[in-house]
Amino acid sequence: MSASGEAIVRLEAVARTYPGSVAALRGVDLTVARGELMAIVGPSGSGKSTMLNLMGTLDKATSGRAVIDGFDVASLRDGALSALRARRIGFVFQHFHLSPGVSALDNVADGLLYTGMSLRDRRAAAEAALVAVGLGHRLGHKPHQLSGGEKQRTAIARAVARQPLLLLADEPTGALDSRSGETVMQLLLSLHEAGTAVVVITHDRALASRFDRQVSMLDGRIVADERSVST
Amino acid sequence: MSVALRPARLNPLDVVRLAAYGLRARPLRVVLSAIGISIGIAAMVAVVGISTSSRAQLNHLLAALGTNLLTAEPGTSFFGEAATLPDASVAMVGHIPEVSAVSAVGQLADVNVYRNREIPEAQTGGMAVYAARLDLIETISAELAYGTWLNAATATYPTVVLGARAAARLGIGANTIGTQIWLGGQWFTVIGILAPASLAPELDYAALIGWPAAKAYLDFEGDITTLYLRTDPNAVEAVRDILAQTANPADPNEVDISRPSDALAAEAAADVAFTGLLLGLGAVALLIGGIGVANTMVISVLERRAEIGLRRSQGATRGHIRIQFFGEALLLSALGGGTGMALGAAVTAAYAALQGWPAVVPPWVLAGGTLATLAIGGIAGLYPAIRAARLAPTEALAA
Repeated sequence: MSASGEAIVRLEAVARTYPGSVAALRGVDLTVARGELMAIVGPSGSGKSTMLNLMGTLDKATSGRAVIDGFDVASLRDGALSALRARRIGFVFQHFHLSPGVSALDNVADGLLYTGMSLRDRRAAAEAALVAVGLGHRLGHKPHQLSGGEKQRTAIARAVARQPLLLLADEPTGALDSRSGETVMQLLLSLHEAGTAVVVITHDRALASRFDRQVSMLDGRIVADERSVST
Repeated sequence: MSVALRPARLNPLDVVRLAAYGLRARPLRVVLSAIGISIGIAAMVAVVGISTSSRAQLNHLLAALGTNLLTAEPGTSFFGEAATLPDASVAMVGHIPEVSAVSAVGQLADVNVYRNREIPEAQTGGMAVYAARLDLIETISAELAYGTWLNAATATYPTVVLGARAAARLGIGANTIGTQIWLGGQWFTVIGILAPASLAPELDYAALIGWPAAKAYLDFEGDITTLYLRTDPNAVEAVRDILAQTANPADPNEVDISRPSDALAAEAAADVAFTGLLLGLGAVALLIGGIGVANTMVISVLERRAEIGLRRSQGATRGHIRIQFFGEALLLSALGGGTGMALGAAVTAAYAALQGWPAVVPPWVLAGGTLATLAIGGIAGLYPAIRAARLAPTEALAA
């Protein structure tokens, strides 16, 4: 593992410009400490998702430096980046992205396919992760048999079964009613308590206020970086 | 940094599982696109299987009939007139040590056969009348379908044995043995009907009468038109070389020698050309099937961008994505190829059973079918797989 003092995410003057000179990020400096709990807020088009993709190494900066778990993303090739994602980073998406027709257990187990674990280990880790998110009784259910909240909890189980250092969630409660959303929130907060750095994109200010740190974005820049007093 | 970042390798079982997963999600489309490959492979396997079975049957037949039968015919003289073989040629050829049996027929020119005397003379039905030696039937390995063959007694009387086709043309069957037919202006009694003679198909259209009867009733002069002889199987070519001089020492160049089993073999060779044509058609079907698979895979990649993005976010490398879609195309065409081979083998078996042939599907066809299937699947899957792998993860997730 990398030096314990090293931040999990370090962005230095990162800019990302898409073809057609659309600037999604215009020089962002941000450090996420290990185990930190952070919300990113901002209106649509402010660059939140681009920043999340850069943190998750799904995208590369046009200029500036992105260092994830001590690795400079720009210097890594596809294979190394993929390995980084496979073992250190978990993603949760607004629309779950579960495979239809495949049981919750196998959805979670398939998420571990690229970690190099054996099928038996993947299944065991998947079962443990589903039990941890409170879906121990839903292992054999197919996605269409699960409620929205259960689907998102399955997706979270899939992200955390690899025991990532960094969990990135893009509007995880955006497609859920408030009660299911609350369950998912509790889950993310508990993960943070277990030591995972959790970064969540949301445009719900009330939700964001429950995070230790809130980063506000506008037009590709960070306009505010506030820390609430820890409860 | 302590650990090098090395992507995990998928074990082959996981690759198969991934491919099967992709196909299971869209069963109808899988069936439809596999059918194309399946038809192509089935056509090729069946074509080769049927022609191989037919050749196996022919070999069977040749083994039973023997390939050591030679025929000698007088041909035409230097001046283009129909020549004849001398009467003594039978005895002379019989003196060749390697010749084990020899027989002869003599065609009665201008003698025709009719069902009865009311039939107009011009309606000969293309049937010829031959005087036949008694040992003819053994020499050419012909068999009687009904009735009896000529013997020393009946050969002197107006009796006739009909070739298989001739009997059919005259309307004479098993139950009408013993009826009389109008032959050369006299009534002859039908005493037997031959089964089709594979080595002497000209006799299928013949009416065969005894040598003495031909001389007694129809002014036959004993001119031989065809000599049939069996040789030592190892000396066929040697006998062939000296046959013309022996049969007609005066004019050896007038003698036409042939080996009827060659004609059967040539028939098999003609089948090969036809087989080639059908194989070409099968190949076209296979090609179209391959295009179907490619099409299915391209659409699949477009539809599954979110899945590709998700897998990339979970740590799949470009190579992982590539092998997933490549494996899926291979599996898809393997499904088609497998059913195609089974179908082709079944068609071969059914057709062979219908014809009474031994059913033979040569192993090289199955090997070739497997190879063709994998090649088609690989080529069809290559482009979609590369395209899937090139998709940027963020772009895929945005879809």
